Amino acid sequence: MNFDPRYSGRSFTSVGTRPIRPDGVDKVTGRARYGADFNMAGQLVGRVLRSPHAHAKIRKIDTSKAEKLAGVKAVITAADLPDLTDGDAAMYDILDNCMARTKALYDGHAVAAVAAVDARTAKQALKLIEVDYEVLPHVTDVDEAMKHTAPLLNDAIFTEGLEEKPVKPSNVTKRTQFGHGDIHEGFGQADFVVERSFKTEQTHQGYIEPHACVANVSSDGTADLWVCTQGHFVYRQHCAQLLGMEASKLRVTSSEIGGGFGGKTHVWAEPVALALSRKAGRPVKLVMTRDEVFRASGPTSATSIDVRIGARKDGTITAAEATLRYSCGPYAGMWAEIGAMTAFACYKLENVKTVGYEVLVNRPKTAAYRAPSAPMAAFAVESAVDELAKEIGMDPVDFRIRNAAQEGTRSSYGPVYGPIGIGPTLEAVKSHPHMKAPLGKNQGRGMACGFWFNFGGQTCTDLNIGMDGSVSLAVGTVDVGGSRASLSLVAAEELGIAYEHVKAVVADTSSLGYNDMTDGSRGTFSSSMATISAARNAIKILRERAAQTWDIPVEDVVWEKGHAIAKGEKYGNLAALSLREIAAASGKTGGPIAGHSELVADGAGVSFATHICDIEVDPETGSTRVLRYTVVQDAGKAVHPTYVEGQYQGGAAQGIGWALNEEYIYGKDGRLQNSGFLDYRIPVCSDLPMIDTQILEIPNPNHPYGVRGVGETSIVPPLAAIANAVSNAVGVRMTHIPMSPPRILAALEAER
Amino acid sequence: MRYIRPLSIEDAAGLLAGSTGTAAILAGGSDLLVRMKGGFIEPDLIVDIKAIEGLSEIRETSEGFSIGAAVPCAVLGESKALKKAWPGVVEAANLIGSKQVQGRCTIVGNLCNASPAADSVPALVAAGARAVVVGPAGRRTIAVESVPTGPGKTSLAKGEIIEAILLDKRHPHSGDAYLRFIPRTEMDIAVVSAGVNLTLDEQGRVKSARLALGAVAPTVILVEEAAEVLNGSKLDEATLERLAKVCSGACRPIDDKRGTVEFRRKVAGVLAKRAAITAYKRAGGK
Repeated sequence: MNFDPRYSGRSFTSVGTRPIRPDGVDKVTGRARYGADFNMAGQLVGRVLRSPHAHAKIRKIDTSKAEKLAGVKAVITAADLPDLTDGDAAMYDILDNCMARTKALYDGHAVAAVAAVDARTAKQALKLIEVDYEVLPHVTDVDEAMKHTAPLLNDAIFTEGLEEKPVKPSNVTKRTQFGHGDIHEGFGQADFVVERSFKTEQTHQGYIEPHACVANVSSDGTADLWVCTQGHFVYRQHCAQLLGMEASKLRVTSSEIGGGFGGKTHVWAEPVALALSRKAGRPVKLVMTRDEVFRASGPTSATSIDVRIGARKDGTITAAEATLRYSCGPYAGMWAEIGAMTAFACYKLENVKTVGYEVLVNRPKTAAYRAPSAPMAAFAVESAVDELAKEIGMDPVDFRIRNAAQEGTRSSYGPVYGPIGIGPTLEAVKSHPHMKAPLGKNQGRGMACGFWFNFGGQTCTDLNIGMDGSVSLAVGTVDVGGSRASLSLVAAEELGIAYEHVKAVVADTSSLGYNDMTDGSRGTFSSSMATISAARNAIKILRERAAQTWDIPVEDVVWEKGHAIAKGEKYGNLAALSLREIAAASGKTGGPIAGHSELVADGAGVSFATHICDIEVDPETGSTRVLRYTVVQDAGKAVHPTYVEGQYQGGAAQGIGWALNEEYIYGKDGRLQNSGFLDYRIPVCSDLPMIDTQILEIPNPNHPYGVRGVGETSIVPPLAAIANAVSNAVGVRMTHIPMSPPRILAALEAER
Repeated sequence: MRYIRPLSIEDAAGLLAGSTGTAAILAGGSDLLVRMKGGFIEPDLIVDIKAIEGLSEIRETSEGFSIGAAVPCAVLGESKALKKAWPGVVEAANLIGSKQVQGRCTIVGNLCNASPAADSVPALVAAGARAVVVGPAGRRTIAVESVPTGPGKTSLAKGEIIEAILLDKRHPHSGDAYLRFIPRTEMDIAVVSAGVNLTLDEQGRVKSARLALGAVAPTVILVEEAAEVLNGSKLDEATLERLAKVCSGACRPIDDKRGTVEFRRKVAGVLAKRAAITAYKRAGGK
């Protein structure tokens, strides 16, 4: 592959416009097919039996009564999903999470499943399964789980990353450390030091569509899976490995997706549905209820974070330190590690140290949630930064501008930055009218910055030109936020044709090479790179066909504005050939015209955002109202600005919910108390103001159009921006997220 | 499961009285169907009361209003006369669930579901509303506060069914109001709530008052002391402070996923004050 991904500084015709998305009409008319909308003849209903205990040994499971119930076609337990993971610890955890093997590790952990002719029979069958539990002591709080006296979830786990190998097992699976310089020296130079501890509660992505799939295993061992996912290729790999199939024998088709935000990057129900179908010999549809989604899919970590930052009188940060403890659920993760990497990524620091601890608790296995781990770290750091600016007597924006990372800065997590957007977002905020708008009584304004890495990864794309000159684009990254529109714009741009003549689809796993999932804000970044590459490969063929038609050397044919043009005076009498004309003749010039691309999209540019929030607090009730909210973020290049704005607004909306009300609430019995949208309070429309956005475009040097990922960074600053706003409104520093009315009122009463 | 749609209230009561196993009354279904879908109940008999004559009507009589058991809450909001007379009751009914839910749910259902957090109940209790109960023993009229006896429990006997809610004709210089605290702006359930109903004398002093609190005890509570505090006052600041204190003191709340004991006590007082001020203004007080 001789594809050159470097930024070219070109001008654009299609990219940067705002056409209607190809999936839009079907979505607003109810025609689009989501996970639960797929059905097959003879399909059975799958249901999962879940542990009511937070921590329990499974002594015995008796499924005999359930099996005898008329209409039940298969009952499975862990015995039907034998361990084929071959020493792959991460896959073993996924297997154990799909179906508990020896212990139930959280309220909601799957212990058995049935497939029956209808939902009523399946439900009845679940009641007939007898599980003999030995209930064990449990721990759900991250700080409690770190104590030596805490119940151990897994006595084979000894903390990794310590200087001396521990002799006793622990719920802390790993310690990681990042940074450079000497923080002791740095704090010695500080005139002001702020030190605080923070907690954030566990939240769920809150996608409106529950997990849903239909599995159909044929008697020849091949299988189909229709599923709502962010990464059907990854689901194929995981399911094939867990079921002992060759990947090519399992075709996975992704449905439209009603939200994922990182939560649909992980298999739960899918291997179970396949195992049920294999045993029953019939298709099995498995749709999680909302209760199951909350109890048994993957929320984000609960955290406990200590931050210490020191600065000189002139506003220069001299040292920064953070200790971050993140809950992982019952299986090892790298959530604190990511938090430790992102915590101080916005700043230029001489002396910085972050330490992360991964902590096991009796809660569902943590999964990614939009810029996973970064929002909590930013909450702690940006709260302390605000407080430090106040102590010094500097404007919080100026203080951040003074310390902002720049091109050439060594980041707190290691790499040296290329051209980045933190400074420009801060400057844009400084001059934004929002910063000067008047505030009323009990109102406060806060601002905060956020960082996310972004990811590129493995990508494969096909571009096929039909004989009528229209273009089919087949991509392998699931469209979670309008990427089919963006990628169609990119194909149109490269080929020099109208957007309306391109139709993009997400192809199934048998139709394309492997694609990483749509995570790490990679969908448009990586697939646009592959689309550009595929289009350029198609253009090469188009030029060849034109050269053949004209009988001139291909080197003399250039591609401009959708046409092949014979270059040079000597071809003056040759009229340009349009893509459409070349396509119409393709049957006689060598057959179909297509461009293919497979690549690893390296160089995803890091992303920064700065948010401003106005909030009003009712001092008598602790109730809050977000009055105004502005997102300023670097997009590199906004391919479809409307969907970039949508990503900015969506991240801010989720961040507002997290900051103010969303939390997993566990009872003393270790059971989740609010596994529904009534008491797990995501914001409703009327809770939010219109979220204003400002797109900055600081080109990513590693993408032909300068594109950066935009999906995740927008959820990083809100927790801190809102906490700073509340602090400015009522003079209380909130250190516990969510800042629910009871917490705010208690903090206010404590001050009175 | 049997589903029956009787045409008379007597038939409905008879079906319920004669049922074996679990029986449920279906009006709007906004509680029943959710509970069935969630697997919490599986009734053997469902009696749909929507086809019973008169049950879907609001009648204005010389004594006041009679609201049929099958009248959706949204319809309450469309009755100008009711809204004018009892704005607090109507605003409470129109806070339940979402717009879609309000198109189905009923105040009788809200009352008989017996949730301490039911939105319309504190307003009804403050309003002195009465329930017409039909059962095997005939017809009787009882105060609404005597219907719920604990979370999910009512004083209704087997075979008894509430036919209508009665609201008195308004005296001049009267006003009522309802406020609830929710962390969001809508689609939520009360963490604390307060309903206040006031009648003033010609001088604008409170002549009679009823105040009820929700979500602070196993049932909605009528705070008798609140009336004592309010009577004779023009809602000066000292009175309002005393009112808040009395209401906070009357609470018997619990710590749960929706709020803490301290929060509920404090906010009960705050809401009582604020609802009293609104009711006072509606009554023409200055």
